[in-house]
Amino acid sequence: MSEQNVGEPVPAKIRLRDIAAKAYEEAWEAKKRGEMVGWCASNFPQEIPQTLGIKVVYPENQAAAIAAKGGGLRMCEHAEGLGYSNDICAYARTSLAFLDIGSCEEMDMPQPDFVLCCNNICNCMIKWYENIAKERNIPMILIDIPFKNDYETDDASVEYIKAQFDHAMQQLSEITGKPFSEERFKEVMAVSQRTAKAWLRAAEFTRYVPSPLNGFDLFNHMAVAVCARGTVEAAEAFEQLADEYEAAVKTGASTYKGEQKYRVLFEGIACWPYLRATSAPLKEHGINVTATVYATAFGVLYNNTAEMMRAYSYVPNCVSVERAADMRINVGRENKIDGAIIHTNRSCKLWSGIMPEVERRIRDTLHIPTVTFDGDQADPRVFSEAQYQTRIEALCEVMAANKEAKA
Amino acid sequence: MNSILTMGVDIGSSASKCIILQNGEAIVSKAVVPVGAGTSGPGRAMGEALAACGKSSGDISFVCATGYGRNSVKEADKEMSELSCHARGAVRLFSGVRTLIDIGGQDVKAMHISEQGMLENFVMNDKCAAGTGRFLDVMSRVLEVKLSEMASLGKKATKYVKISSTCTVFAESEVISHLASGVSIPDIIDGIHHSIASKTAGLVKRVGVTPLVAMTGGVATDSEVVRILSEELNTPIQVSPLSVLCGALGAALYAYDSCSKKS
Repeated sequence: MSEQNVGEPVPAKIRLRDIAAKAYEEAWEAKKRGEMVGWCASNFPQEIPQTLGIKVVYPENQAAAIAAKGGGLRMCEHAEGLGYSNDICAYARTSLAFLDIGSCEEMDMPQPDFVLCCNNICNCMIKWYENIAKERNIPMILIDIPFKNDYETDDASVEYIKAQFDHAMQQLSEITGKPFSEERFKEVMAVSQRTAKAWLRAAEFTRYVPSPLNGFDLFNHMAVAVCARGTVEAAEAFEQLADEYEAAVKTGASTYKGEQKYRVLFEGIACWPYLRATSAPLKEHGINVTATVYATAFGVLYNNTAEMMRAYSYVPNCVSVERAADMRINVGRENKIDGAIIHTNRSCKLWSGIMPEVERRIRDTLHIPTVTFDGDQADPRVFSEAQYQTRIEALCEVMAANKEAKA
Repeated sequence: MNSILTMGVDIGSSASKCIILQNGEAIVSKAVVPVGAGTSGPGRAMGEALAACGKSSGDISFVCATGYGRNSVKEADKEMSELSCHARGAVRLFSGVRTLIDIGGQDVKAMHISEQGMLENFVMNDKCAAGTGRFLDVMSRVLEVKLSEMASLGKKATKYVKISSTCTVFAESEVISHLASGVSIPDIIDGIHHSIASKTAGLVKRVGVTPLVAMTGGVATDSEVVRILSEELNTPIQVSPLSVLCGALGAALYAYDSCSKKS
């Protein structure tokens, strides 16, 4: 529930927090009513469960919350005790540990009656979801989105994805007994577009100097873009968020406290176990994150179903090195970055594997210093605070020298 | 003209280094103590440097601290990262340096320096001791060979032995198994040197190799690492008797800048 007093307008950030909480409450309520509740991959086309009126919850979303609240190590170690290697994704380990334990003090959610998997994020996800399905003897619906080496997704691939989309809709309808409605599908697409546009519009305010928002805010708000992007409440809250940023630009206000001396791209998934440790040195040096492709990856834009399929194939982990580099270079250029901080995420081999080359292209094209640091999205054992600080300090000194040279 | 003394102190993970500079030019004193952050090393290094030139802390106009333990030097007026300090020191030591390799106790750094002598970019090792001074240190202990003798013994190698593990702990087991199977110590040391050089070369190639290439940090005193790395990169690598003190020198130069700005 909101902490605001009666009569005061509720700030968008509070509304967004409440929406994320509500999404999970509704899933619990559905479970209590005896309805089937699913576990869903973050970049699975949410239009499918939304159209059928089925509640789903998001293991990645949950794992991030658990990691941010300090439960990552406990869950990872539990999964490793079950026989899972510490080399696999820490979201997967956290999720499989949760499946085994059945509850979690940091963030609880209903157990699954089916799983919705989409490998536009990675192929580890298939094995992760297969294991859940096998452990629970529940159905798994998979949408296979092939990794592309080409810059664009060709029409044949779009057809291939579309056929699976249609089949998945039919499968889920049969499993849950909920009928498909073309009219409802169109409504969901319209709401999703409204949400996506508002979310991207809000995120784009980082291009202003100074930015009206602390870039790390995006990591907090994106939970709603993941778990409730097909709802009118989410659309309205993101529209309000964008309006608030627009108003802040006019008054020079910002959620970033202090002087914004430098603007950087923060590349990769947030290091959730160390959000404070990774953000504090930035704040100390007047560095604001004005560019990221991670948070905005959940703003999926399209005008029709074919475009929807194509859009889901362009999430950051599914694209060629060329497109991946251009995504960063373009957002970096538009948002006037002075440097880039690259999270080499041990959990996400696919994301981090291409990063040395993507980093080189960012550095050479934009003529900015870049720095990498080791971390993990949920396993706290990989990060070294002292090493991170040295890298940020040195990056800051190079950015300062560059600014001085240009002045 | 008044004499301005500035101090640069570099607190690494395995050694503390200190330089006192006069008017940003002459090195009037220096000290290296082989223990680093969190020990008596920083205090001893500063004390030894002051004693060597007959000065007291009150004679020092400005102190700049760098290195892993930079935040714990209470005497410091300013802190800078070791990357900037090594780059600054290297520009003083090696005229025209464009690529700088610094291998310290726990970090390997490859830096690109602009024509104007500014640090432009850098790449550091990941969270792993492979290729660092600590790796060399651990291996010397396993082999019961002094660190200072590693280079001369490595030169006597007759057969190439590959140390394939990048993890220091696993490499230690690998070295022990080579010893158990009768491989000579010089051959093993040569393998260790190659292991450090190849790991470092990968990092340096990422930042780009632009001559003139120089090397600083404690491992620069191991001439075999420098020679093999030079072959791997296909370019000469310059070192200096002051390579170990390069970070402290850079810090002392930054300290002098701060004095100049104040005056």
